[in-house]
Amino acid sequence: MKAIIDLFKRLFLLELIKGLRVTGKYLFERKITVQYPDEKTPQSFRFRGRHAQRRYPNGEERCIACKLCEATCPALAITIEVEQRADGSRRTSRYDIDLTKCIFCGYCEESCPVDAIVETRVFEYCGEESGDLLMTKQDLLASGDKLESQLAADRLLDSQYR
Amino acid sequence: MIESIYYLFITVVKILIIVLPIMACVAYLTLAERKIIGYMQVRIGPNRVNLSIIPFLRNLPGFGQPIADSIKLMFKEIIIPTNSNKFLFVGAPILCLAPALAAWAVIPFADGWVLADINAGLLYVLAMTSIGVYGVMISGWASNSKYAFLGAMRSTAQIISYEIAMGFALVGVLMAAGSLNLSEIVMAQQGSLLHWFWIPLFPLFIVYFISGLAETNRAPFDVAEGESEIVAGFHVEYSGMLFAVFFLAEYANMILIAALVTIFFLGGWLSPFEGVPVLGYLFSFLPGIFWFGAKIAFVLFFFLWTRATFPRYRYDQIMRLGWKVFIPITLVWIVVLGLLILLKLPPWFA
Repeated sequence: MKAIIDLFKRLFLLELIKGLRVTGKYLFERKITVQYPDEKTPQSFRFRGRHAQRRYPNGEERCIACKLCEATCPALAITIEVEQRADGSRRTSRYDIDLTKCIFCGYCEESCPVDAIVETRVFEYCGEESGDLLMTKQDLLASGDKLESQLAADRLLDSQYR
Repeated sequence: MIESIYYLFITVVKILIIVLPIMACVAYLTLAERKIIGYMQVRIGPNRVNLSIIPFLRNLPGFGQPIADSIKLMFKEIIIPTNSNKFLFVGAPILCLAPALAAWAVIPFADGWVLADINAGLLYVLAMTSIGVYGVMISGWASNSKYAFLGAMRSTAQIISYEIAMGFALVGVLMAAGSLNLSEIVMAQQGSLLHWFWIPLFPLFIVYFISGLAETNRAPFDVAEGESEIVAGFHVEYSGMLFAVFFLAEYANMILIAALVTIFFLGGWLSPFEGVPVLGYLFSFLPGIFWFGAKIAFVLFFFLWTRATFPRYRYDQIMRLGWKVFIPITLVWIVVLGLLILLKLPPWFA
């Protein structure tokens, strides 16, 4: 008996009609496409985009060349060289991030004891020549100077969860 | 002499009047497909190319897309594989497209609007739709590529299997209408929406529609293309305009099948409000070709709807459906139909 019922169900294409009903319903559903260059999705304050280096309010760079970020970087994208300044402080003479290697995991930011290296919300960037995606210390500091207010606000928001 | 030249000229003009709108319909069918499938997948489909020079099309996003696509395809390089048979390789797309267009010669667009009003129209249509398979076969063979060859084999076997079910479905139409002339088949359905053959021939209607999907290698019967298995099937080695011709042929075939479904089962150019008291009078000003086009669009929407809904059939399932389901159903219904005709069942066979 069950076999006969099944046969009739298949013969009258009942399940196919159910499927058609689902797609037919979605035809009139509100579309969820975000038309990217015109519209943008909201970003989290924890967004991990292109990197930047921050400074203290007095203008001194935060980085103390502890090399924790270099050590923790799983993609080996960070290269640091150290020097001692005339005032005896330990600073970097070279701080490169290779964005072509970077996987944007955020470990460098997590490991940094002085919140020097951070990841910004910038994700719309490109390189037109080889080497364009290699960020030097100057690039990082310039980016940090430009975005400092946003970076500080994001860090403040995040601090309540830490 | 002058008369025969005049006749030739008029025939060529008539052919152009039929073929050019079909080409435009093919182009915009691709847009409709992308839009409708997009909408069913909760996205919006192409909407970046606008025809901003034409005033009333300015606000229709994506309406320039088919034109942009065809221009792109025209400027692409045609690559002919080294080990292919060049003559057959170039000839196959033409062999695919020509029958798809030639079949339109007997299609009646409205009362008397037919290029060749021949008595064996239905046989001619069957012959033309069957010739299309040679293009598929030859293209797969001439490419000298294993994917193209496998795709062509699958496609050929599938088209030939479904041809039989399709033919039997048409036997039903032939019995019901008592004529092979497509115009007379439409006239036999005159009366009202309920007089159309889709009610007495309902199983054959469904079988014909599904076989039509299989004939045109459309989803869910697109194993010949099977982009996740054998890349693109029989036309994997084609590029540029040669590929575009295959593409045109596939979509022209889709429109052709939709037109045939309309003629055989949905009353061709007849108005659905015929015989309805008030509506019939209100809509009587619309010409037959409007209803014909509207019905084709309706059937084509089902083509796209099924593509957006169903996953691809497995190969053995396709063969099972064609041979062990459709052919028995059509055979049984032909017998039932014979009885209905003998009983002179009103309103269809009275």
